[in-house]
Amino acid sequence: MTKINQTASAPTGTGSRFTFWLGLTVIVGVVVLVLLGFFAAPEDDEQGDAVRMIFVHVPSALLTYVAFSVTAFGSLMWIWKRSVWWDITAHAAAEIGVIFCGLTLFTGSVWGRPTWNTYWDWGDVRLVTTLILFLIMIGYLSIRSSGGDEGATSTRAAIIGLVAAVNLPIVNRSVEWWFDRTLHQKSSLTDGNLEDMTLFSLVVGIAVWAAFFLWAMIHRFRIAWLERELRVGDLNEAIAERRAEALQDESTQR
Amino acid sequence: MLRDAWLIAVKDLRIEWRSRVTLSQIVPFAALVLVLFGFALDANRPVLETATSGLFWVTVMFVAIMAVQRSTAVEVTDGARRALLLAGIEPIAVFVGKTVAIAAQLLVVQVLLVAGVIVLYGASVDQWVLLLVTCLVATVGIAASGSLLGALVAGVRARETVLPILLLPILAPVLIGATRAFDDALGSVAVDGWAWLGLLAGFGAINLVLGALAYGVLLEEI
Repeated sequence: MTKINQTASAPTGTGSRFTFWLGLTVIVGVVVLVLLGFFAAPEDDEQGDAVRMIFVHVPSALLTYVAFSVTAFGSLMWIWKRSVWWDITAHAAAEIGVIFCGLTLFTGSVWGRPTWNTYWDWGDVRLVTTLILFLIMIGYLSIRSSGGDEGATSTRAAIIGLVAAVNLPIVNRSVEWWFDRTLHQKSSLTDGNLEDMTLFSLVVGIAVWAAFFLWAMIHRFRIAWLERELRVGDLNEAIAERRAEALQDESTQR
Repeated sequence: MLRDAWLIAVKDLRIEWRSRVTLSQIVPFAALVLVLFGFALDANRPVLETATSGLFWVTVMFVAIMAVQRSTAVEVTDGARRALLLAGIEPIAVFVGKTVAIAAQLLVVQVLLVAGVIVLYGASVDQWVLLLVTCLVATVGIAASGSLLGALVAGVRARETVLPILLLPILAPVLIGATRAFDDALGSVAVDGWAWLGLLAGFGAINLVLGALAYGVLLEEI
């Protein structure tokens, strides 16, 4: 049985005053982003209306990498310190990361059709690397949901998290050499080709999606913590019941 | 440590030799996959010749899954893994031993597969040295990550289905690298196959170190 040290007391619900206001800010932010994205930001000379996809695509790509970095770090902290807090954080970040990663791939291909004239390009390093990362993290989630001993499942998942983080640069390198060419844009934020209003909307987009990410992380973390408490509580209750039965049997035998 | 690793490798290979699973099931499966690719590509000789390297390594990936599953099943049955730990064998020795055993079986299958693609797909080998070195280096990487993930899924209920989901994406660089190196060795595409060996060696080295570090954590836990 794994020895675990608890790092905080369990929450009693998934919401709080902070998450309420954060959630409200996200809703307002999404409305502002829709207005900015569809009305304030101009059409692109080359890409036309397709450029508006970057208000979802770029933030979700950034947050995918943030989420999976959190998973890798949390995995390390579980193996190193046996920190339940980091273990649950790693799990929450992986789930949300997979959603953002899927969104990145989806918006990327929808944007690629009018712009590159194809949904998918095998020669593009970032595209293929992101897809492989997505598939590895699906494996991570399937290990998480495989059941069995709590501590063992966390360790298995943590090792997958670290294997993914360590192998990702090699995946990236291999795909880069494989085709030795890329269709992908340079970083939209830093190449200086975006119109002022488009750039502003993109920055707002990143802030709104980051706030949503934080909101989702807090809720997912608390749900996972409560689930864990329930499992551990049930187990302790069952053990206490069996003990009581055993004591009762002993006294009747006497 | 090396002596223990050798003992583990010999034990696994002896079990394989006595049960004949590699020879009677895994080798015929590999041959069957080669034949099925032939049907799927409509027995079109030029297409088969161009795709030989990729088909060869995809077949090796499938075989690797079977070999890792076998290697895991041997340890799970009758709690053999606990017995190994109780015997005082270091986890790193178990990891190295199992990696060597898986690699040895994969290499045997690859020898037969090379003969298979020459006969069935009409492939011709231009550079035997490059071909052999690619097989060796790629196999180390496949076996290292295979034995780590095999131990990882050992206690999981649906381990037969989880293993391919975990192993195949992680082996993507091997598939790409080994295919390109084979393209050069078979003379089907003009690429520098030797350059790809560096990537394969890097993958192998990193996954050997990862496995050596993580195996102990896994065995203690499960």
